[in-house]
Amino acid sequence: MQKLKTFSIGGVHPPENKLTDHMAIRDLPPPPQVAIPVSQHIGKPGQLQVERGTTVRVGTLLAKADGFISAAVHSSVSGTVKKIDSVIDSQGHRRQAVIIAVEGDEWEEGIDTSPELLEDISLDRGAIVTRIAEAGIVGAGGATFPTAVKFSIPEGRTIDTLIINGVECEPYLTADHRLMLENADELIVGTRLLMQAAGVARAFIGIESNKPDAIELLQERIRLKAGEGKIPEGFISVLALQQRYPQGGEKQLIQAATGREVPSGKLPLDVHCVVSNVSTTIAVYQAMQKNRPFVDRIVTVTGKALVAAGGGANLRVRIGTPLGAVIEAAGGVPDGTGKIIMGGPMTGRSVTSLEVPITKGSGGVIMIDRSEARRYAVGHCIRCSRCVGGCPMGLEPYLLEKLVQKERYEEAEALSIMDCIECGSCSYSCPANRPLLDWIRLGKGKVGELRRARMRGTT
Amino acid sequence: MSTEHLIVALPPHERSSVSISRIMWAVVLALVPTTVAGVFFYGIRPLVLTLVAVAFAVAVEHLVVRYLFRRETTSITDGSAVVTGMLLAFNVPASLPFWQIALGAVVAVGVGKMAFGGIGNNPFNPALVGRAFLLISFPVDMTTWPVPGAARLSLDLSAVTGATPLALVKDVGSAGLGQVDLPSYLDLFLGNIGGCIGEASALAVIIGGLFLVWRGFIPWQLPLVYLAGLAVVTGVAWVVNPGIYVDPLYHVLAGGAMLAAWFMVTDMTTSPMSLTGRIVFAGSAGVLTGVIRLFGGFPEGASYSILIMNALVPVIDRHIRPRTFGHGKSGGAA
Repeated sequence: MQKLKTFSIGGVHPPENKLTDHMAIRDLPPPPQVAIPVSQHIGKPGQLQVERGTTVRVGTLLAKADGFISAAVHSSVSGTVKKIDSVIDSQGHRRQAVIIAVEGDEWEEGIDTSPELLEDISLDRGAIVTRIAEAGIVGAGGATFPTAVKFSIPEGRTIDTLIINGVECEPYLTADHRLMLENADELIVGTRLLMQAAGVARAFIGIESNKPDAIELLQERIRLKAGEGKIPEGFISVLALQQRYPQGGEKQLIQAATGREVPSGKLPLDVHCVVSNVSTTIAVYQAMQKNRPFVDRIVTVTGKALVAAGGGANLRVRIGTPLGAVIEAAGGVPDGTGKIIMGGPMTGRSVTSLEVPITKGSGGVIMIDRSEARRYAVGHCIRCSRCVGGCPMGLEPYLLEKLVQKERYEEAEALSIMDCIECGSCSYSCPANRPLLDWIRLGKGKVGELRRARMRGTT
Repeated sequence: MSTEHLIVALPPHERSSVSISRIMWAVVLALVPTTVAGVFFYGIRPLVLTLVAVAFAVAVEHLVVRYLFRRETTSITDGSAVVTGMLLAFNVPASLPFWQIALGAVVAVGVGKMAFGGIGNNPFNPALVGRAFLLISFPVDMTTWPVPGAARLSLDLSAVTGATPLALVKDVGSAGLGQVDLPSYLDLFLGNIGGCIGEASALAVIIGGLFLVWRGFIPWQLPLVYLAGLAVVTGVAWVVNPGIYVDPLYHVLAGGAMLAAWFMVTDMTTSPMSLTGRIVFAGSAGVLTGVIRLFGGFPEGASYSILIMNALVPVIDRHIRPRTFGHGKSGGAA
């Protein structure tokens, strides 16, 4: 194997705890009731298309995209709309949601639910992007940015590299790992579709070296497809990456793959790259080849006590399924659980209720034992510089913390506080348990306010 | 299941297992080889001296936290006072009176550390503050050196004393180095020489230092850069006039350079925050050490050079910042 690539600044090594990486994906049947928020993405909420009493099937449009940065939302079940209500989502926000009482499992006509692999792809760039938008696909890695927007490349701009993000650098999570193992061919077709959409002749699938089976399998399948003449030689290559958090951060991954640095405040587009997560790419395959909108996703349900007791799972879950039903299917909440996290342990949110619905960005549910869930007493900064050394953006978290505490936001801005990607490496590495990221996040909000005020001032 | 006892907190939910106390106790462990070497060469007294220093350092910290800061808890379990006590003891002659080291420990922790608010807030290395205080207050006792192996089991080492390797080569005058009987490099390396407890054995210090590098608690660059800075300055002098200046290897192995390189220059609280800044800090301290040794009033300059550089840390931190992602010239498309 070639030398493992990685990013150049900072990074930490949290314990992996990939406890569920050997568990095959299981289908979780639709629950008796789902709550599907009309906003599961970054951007404007979708425009509601149904009302109380509407009969829906799997794939029925519930809300259509409203404006450019927005996304469509489809029903993940068949049944009757019981009401439109607000629910608390995994981020703690109240969101308008469609509550559906489930009856049977009827799919919209034209959706192909068979496992048959369809490899012949459309060559029309515009048609692919339109279909991605119609299918309501958003970044499933957690960022939930509408995928169609990412691939709507503005006039005059060019992309030369597509990077498929199979890094899954968050501890515990194994959803993308399982998908790469079980749906390698679909991933390759999805990659070809996105290459077509972006107009590129080069794609990398970036995978951390702790998933050698996925690396090997994808390399083998790509060789096979090249041998069959389905894809040109060197068209798609697997990129084995060093295990290092946050290797899966968009900017870090682009640098590891191409050596290019996304300039501060700019987008991957500015260095001619576009990045798409594994789950997202497979959703693109489903949308294009099988006419299947984004109605379900893979969720890793894990935790030390859960897996030790024989539980844990990688489940294919219908969007809108309550958290409680997902946990129940994987063995239930173990005794002594002190915290339930939706997402990964480095960037996910802890939830207060088991009613929270699974949404398009929910890749994992982690149950943490009470002994590991509490925060430790905060000590003095001993200037050990571990936060500085760990920051993948080259910032000085200890100093940003102090500046924000003293409300010196302009200075924090000058020290690039807005470049923070909120990966949590600083708080993770602090030996004094200082909540560095909490303060930095507060500071980013304040600097954002300042900037908006300045914009108003000049116009 | 009831969810009312669930803990809600912002991410990250993972925490590194490296805590302040883990770092400090690792430093204590790293100082054990030097303690053993001290006992091997100077007998039982250095061990007792170290214990006295540690006991007073810890006691002062505890008393200040309890009765001046009025806190319910104590901070002594983090191990930092133990480190200060040990480093102070390693920076004095094995024959120093017990009451003097006790006083030194009180000043090191009380003035050098707690007066600034305790751990993390002290601008100067507390052990070196203590040593500077002792050197000014008790210049004779602080510069009387027992010779190795004089009295292994006795607490009185004053009978047989000698000069340190650095004192031997200081101001040799027109007669040149030829007239002095210098210790061999091997004796310097192993520690079979006169000097402070922790100055003696370069080998023991390196073993402890490598342990800290291996644990990831100190960057390997710092000791090397410090010693390189020292070697360059003393090397230039040696090339210009080898008759009166000893070679750089002698300087690197003799005196407090090794202890300073691995345990003082690498002190987290009193050094800059960026790696580049820390390298500049270490290199400058090395150069200053050489300058003081060659041209200053004292034969040894390790501790003063570091105290001077401690004072410059805010300046270094202001001007040398880590490279920020996406701001450099390497950005943009290929």
